[in-house]
Amino acid sequence: MSSVWIVRDYENCSGCRRCELACSMHHEGWMWPEASRVRVFMPFPGVEVPHLCAQCDDYPCVESCPVSALSVDNRTTAVIVDREACTGCGACVKACPGTIPYLHPRDRKATICDLCGGDPECVKVCQEAGYNALRLVHEGMSGHRKLFARNPVQVAKDLAVKLFGEKGEEVIA
Amino acid sequence: MTPGGYAGKWLDVDLTKDKIKEVEYSDEMLEQYLGGRGLAAKVLWDKVGDKYPDLDPLAPESPFMVFTGPMTGIYPGSRICVSGKSPVSMGTVGSTAATEFANEIKQAGYDGVTFTGKAEKPVYLLVTDDGAEIRDAGHLWGLDGEKTLIKLNKEVTEELSKRKPLVGLWKEPGMIYIGPAGENLVRNAAVCAKICHACGYGGYGSLMGSKNLKAVVAKGRGSLPEVDAPEAAELLWKRTHQHLIARTGMRRQGTGYAGYTVGAVTSSEPIRNWQEEWHDEKSFGGPMFEHRFWVKKKWADFNCTTNCMKVSCIKTGPWKGDITDMPDYELQAYCGTNFGIYDPEANIHLSALADQLGHSGINGPNTAGYAVELHQRGILEDSDFGFKPKWGDPETFDKILRMMASREKIGDVLAEGTYRAALKIAEMKGLKPEETLKYAVHVKGIEIGAHGTRSDADYTHDISYAANVQGGDHTSTAVDGYNDMSGAVFTDSAVFCNFTYYGVPQSLVFDFAKAITGFPITLHSWRSETGPRIVTLQRAFLMMGGPDLEWKPVEDDDNPPRFYEPLPSGPYKGKTTDKELVDTKLQAYFETLGWDERGIPTKETLRKLDLGFLEKSVAKLR
Repeated sequence: MSSVWIVRDYENCSGCRRCELACSMHHEGWMWPEASRVRVFMPFPGVEVPHLCAQCDDYPCVESCPVSALSVDNRTTAVIVDREACTGCGACVKACPGTIPYLHPRDRKATICDLCGGDPECVKVCQEAGYNALRLVHEGMSGHRKLFARNPVQVAKDLAVKLFGEKGEEVIA
Repeated sequence: MTPGGYAGKWLDVDLTKDKIKEVEYSDEMLEQYLGGRGLAAKVLWDKVGDKYPDLDPLAPESPFMVFTGPMTGIYPGSRICVSGKSPVSMGTVGSTAATEFANEIKQAGYDGVTFTGKAEKPVYLLVTDDGAEIRDAGHLWGLDGEKTLIKLNKEVTEELSKRKPLVGLWKEPGMIYIGPAGENLVRNAAVCAKICHACGYGGYGSLMGSKNLKAVVAKGRGSLPEVDAPEAAELLWKRTHQHLIARTGMRRQGTGYAGYTVGAVTSSEPIRNWQEEWHDEKSFGGPMFEHRFWVKKKWADFNCTTNCMKVSCIKTGPWKGDITDMPDYELQAYCGTNFGIYDPEANIHLSALADQLGHSGINGPNTAGYAVELHQRGILEDSDFGFKPKWGDPETFDKILRMMASREKIGDVLAEGTYRAALKIAEMKGLKPEETLKYAVHVKGIEIGAHGTRSDADYTHDISYAANVQGGDHTSTAVDGYNDMSGAVFTDSAVFCNFTYYGVPQSLVFDFAKAITGFPITLHSWRSETGPRIVTLQRAFLMMGGPDLEWKPVEDDDNPPRFYEPLPSGPYKGKTTDKELVDTKLQAYFETLGWDERGIPTKETLRKLDLGFLEKSVAKLR
């Protein structure tokens, strides 16, 4: 099955957070970084990690939802949240191996990247600026994707070593 | 209703009484002063008033402002502005740095914080959506910048996760903090941000230190404030980024290639405390930094696509693990050529060290270079330092920067900043003040940025510093006719970055300002009214001065003696700043702003700019 996926190259991320702004403008109507479906973590300056749905092949978040508020979009394979049905119980947050979903700061509903229906705003602005930290591909599902569902601070600890060598071991407590 | 772009609330924190309250400012006041540099000056006046000359900036009652502006976070290139009575100039400076703290505090629902008083023990302020709280910083006091940041990131993220575990992962907070230099009241110390960004000018690090305030931390989960015309703002936001993205050279190099070119081409770079301004050291070229040390070549702060920053890291040798940005031109110059150093690795080390210690990377190293010239001239001796200082020797400057931060030996005197150190050293050595001041490169107590005036080939000229209400601040220089650079007063008050302002059509920027705030603001209204209002208020503060020093109008509205010595080398050899031109342009500048021939605002100007409250204080100056 072909699906849409956002490739993430962490070392290319400038930390500009324009992805957060574009995402929240699209979904929330205004600039709201903490309501963006992609959030850039920076546990140490220079070490920036865009954190967004990895679209695991077995969708543990969807499986975990007690009220079936989460589903998989047939066309894009994105996770779709039925905000009417969502009770904000947080089961999906816990089920995600990377703790990627979060409860919306306004109404505490589960918030997950929906790929903007297949043409994500975050990718557009990242590409426009030439960073290529986020790129769009149309590929078959892959078992590798779930491995991207990691705690962003853990990812940052690896990235810090890649950038700073031995010193990278010390910069994130 | 609050005007667009503002969260609409400011925090007022009394550290002595351990009390926090929320305050609001009238729409009229916001329209007249915007935020940041402008609003902070007005808030300072409202708190201190006519007693300004008696206020010791390092006394508990001295207010310290941490302000955003209405465009912060929304216009590309978000920054924070700190201000108050400057411990170095005794005027006010709007001193800004790029940091996510700026958008985080607005997201938490506040436009800024004013601190007064002094905490009994070291503290930090934590601002969240649930309000603000004063927290113990005993475990952070004495730590360098990097360790402070690492500890605070972990501590605050864990605390917030514990309080609200269900929401999902908490992202790290934003923060500003001081290093040991600020804690030890090094007068020209910086307020630091991220790992190598700083509100450098003004000496506000010592103001924070005097309050036992180690850091201000913010984490907000709300949206950025709503704006007056959202559709226009969104369109203008996209357009602005298109202009920034088109600035290919700036994006590729930042100012990190200028350590070579400002010396070799424009001949305006400080070399050994400005004894020369020209060099042709190709070892100091941008690519020499880029090829070996730039581990991230496109590094940006919140909502910025200029990405002028590049992350540098030394991975081998004795300085292994030093991390800084680029360094940018100012620090390539001040922690490089100014020390007689043309080795990128040593320059990165000393820049990182200055940041870690909490020095302003321009001002502290200016003082360090000044000390070594005094040694060269036989005024300071080996015994003052405890070793033999040498130009071009990284160890020399490593030691001096540390001695300044911890106030050891001559470091204790140098910690007063270049101007006051010059006066003290003259006294110590039984010299006349002019014998030490002749080597002091400052204007109004603020050490001059790394752009000289003698070649006249850089953007800085005759009265750039001489007439500047922020003295040697190279980011906010004065020009005759008060035209383009009034932009810096704007960016410091709307609070965003100079480097996301230049390169964007000014009409677009002001359309954006209007779309955000709803104020009838135009380039013309800014240049003819709002900008002059802020600059005139700052001029009044600067001339009021006190309590330990006063600047003399005209006489002190001048360049340092060194800027009138002929350049000794390079393509502009023999050239120097034209004193006659300085005098003529200074008068023209005063006239443009409606100040008298001594640069004292006239009664009519005060009335016209709605600054009538200043009349009593300014009358004394006349």
